[in-house]
Amino acid sequence: MTLAEMQFILPDLRPAAAELFVLAMSCVILFVDIVVKDTRRTALFALTQLTLLGAAFVTWSGLSGEVSYTFSNTYVHDLLSDVLKLMLYLTVMVVLVYARPYVIARPLLGRGEFYSLTLFATLGMMVMISANHFLTIYLGLELLSLSLYAMVALDRDSPKAAEAAMKYLVLGALASGLLLYGMSMIYGAVGSLEIGEVAERINAGVANHTILVFGLVFLIAGLAFKLGLVPFHMWIPDVYHGAPTPVALLIGSAPKLAAFAIVIRMLGNGLIVLSHDWQLMLMLMAVLSIAIGNIAAIAQHNLKRMLAYSAISHMGFMVLALACGVVEGDPRYALNAYSSAMFYVVVYVLSTAGTFGMILLLARSGFEADSLEDYKGLNKRNPWYAAILMMLMFSMAGIPFFVGFFAKFSVLQSVVAAGYLWLAIFAVLMSLIGAFYYLRVVKLMYFDAPTDDTPIHTPFEVKALISVNGLAVAVLGIFPDLLMWFCLLAIRLSLAVLG
Amino acid sequence: MEFKSFVFYLFSLLAVFGALRVVTARNPVHAVLFLVLAFVSAAGIWMLLEAEFLAITLVLVYVGAVMVLFLFVVMMLDINIDRLREGFWSYLPLGATVGALMVLEMGVILAGSYLGLFEHAIGAGSGESNVKAVGRLIYTDYVYPFELASIILLVGIIAAIALTGRKPKAGNKAIDPAQQVRVKASDRLRIVSMPIEKQE
Repeated sequence: MTLAEMQFILPDLRPAAAELFVLAMSCVILFVDIVVKDTRRTALFALTQLTLLGAAFVTWSGLSGEVSYTFSNTYVHDLLSDVLKLMLYLTVMVVLVYARPYVIARPLLGRGEFYSLTLFATLGMMVMISANHFLTIYLGLELLSLSLYAMVALDRDSPKAAEAAMKYLVLGALASGLLLYGMSMIYGAVGSLEIGEVAERINAGVANHTILVFGLVFLIAGLAFKLGLVPFHMWIPDVYHGAPTPVALLIGSAPKLAAFAIVIRMLGNGLIVLSHDWQLMLMLMAVLSIAIGNIAAIAQHNLKRMLAYSAISHMGFMVLALACGVVEGDPRYALNAYSSAMFYVVVYVLSTAGTFGMILLLARSGFEADSLEDYKGLNKRNPWYAAILMMLMFSMAGIPFFVGFFAKFSVLQSVVAAGYLWLAIFAVLMSLIGAFYYLRVVKLMYFDAPTDDTPIHTPFEVKALISVNGLAVAVLGIFPDLLMWFCLLAIRLSLAVLG
Repeated sequence: MEFKSFVFYLFSLLAVFGALRVVTARNPVHAVLFLVLAFVSAAGIWMLLEAEFLAITLVLVYVGAVMVLFLFVVMMLDINIDRLREGFWSYLPLGATVGALMVLEMGVILAGSYLGLFEHAIGAGSGESNVKAVGRLIYTDYVYPFELASIILLVGIIAAIALTGRKPKAGNKAIDPAQQVRVKASDRLRIVSMPIEKQE
């Protein structure tokens, strides 16, 4: 071999500029943490927010409807990745603002690593969103998970957090193993891990169908673990409950966007030909998740645990839409189904961020505000916060005309369009059951006497942001079209099957 | 006998001998060292198959890292070998069954290749060394996943330090190494100028 053959051709780095920027800045933040001694970590907080803003600027300036690949087709840049990444930056920025007073009050949690690990987790999610190769998906997922495991255990003197971290680590590793095993089976059948090529080779009919489906089962099980779908949901309540609230907020919000991206890329793009096989699996898990999530949430006395079960049911709803894209081999309904799933996940992230933000806002040093009892008579203590939380709860319950209603409505529309009327009826019935526990929070706030009269102190920026968050849920409920249009466009320009 | 088969039999014998001694050695440290011997012999056999990447990985990862860790653990734990051996005869039937099953499985695979059950023979194809092939792929086609793996390792380091590195508690008499390194002669040694005593 000559020297010329060995030479490294520099890949086109422009599509991945945002990732490179975030990576460089996370390393800078690691160093700044050594140099700057400040117990409030103001410099780190500001740098992290600036990094996210900068990444948003880079992504925004590269915004185009074209699909481009780089790094030997392991990385894809398209409108779907841009939209999801912008949502991701926004979510992480909001999470950090909500988390700030909480982590300042708890010095063990508020160390420099809190910020650098958050950025590394963000990088992992960006990699997942832009992945065009099964290997990249796996590595992005591991980067995200590893950062999150560490963040759950960051408050190392809390036995509850350590237990949650241990459960998360063990089950997460198991899920990654399942996912990787599924990928290796698919590689064995197809001979490639690049998503576009996998789709092509399956289409050409060279792959052994039995091995493919065998791999697919493991792939779906691994994904279901990460999404928290029944019967792979056991870790979610324990982790949400045990993790420090800011970390629970991070786990509950932004990763859902990335998980949506990898599901749509792997199943909707790579394995769309096998839709007949995976749609049934997803449908079964969706039905179970919606039922068990909503029913088990009723029995919870801890708000974080209740939100965990609500997360399970919401993910069930999202997957329900994904399972209705292809009818009898015809991908005609895919555009509507997948974009309604995307709309659903964006709306879910928005309302979860607000709800966890409210828990963080009411918490103070030595008091977590995560029990349902703590919300009694919130209206008398602070009517504005009670109103915001009510709007968020109404949206999560899917009460018209909050944005959560339109999310559920668009999912149900695509389910009915695909011809599964009974599924839609079942989902509506379960949502009615689910409305009970959301409305219980509202009842506690408005009709019960407060047990705790401590005045609520909140920094101005948190107060402003949570107000915007609560109002966004209401305003988007009146004008959902713009967001819906974005989702439709992103899916239409990015999915090969629709092109 | 061809030289290649001589080497093969030599390595195989060493591997089998090492494996046997792992289970029969009385001293656990010896057992670990014999396991190292078995691994190194297996790496030699892989080398004969022209799978040098696997061979190097086996030596580096298993012998270099995992076995050293094993040795540390064995040395740290005070294992009473006689108490471990007490149940030997009661475990023998189960152990023998598992062993027999493994022999059967190996027999099927080895006999299968004689009967032509497997169409593809294992071996190097292009004549290019596979370390080179793997290295070239990692730094060209797979440079993105490769770099991602390095970031994951970085996060692993950060996580390990964040979760275990503790500042010494108040009253702890441990000395900060940074301070020790920065010490100057003047901190420890006082040069006193004494008036020269005149000899009388």
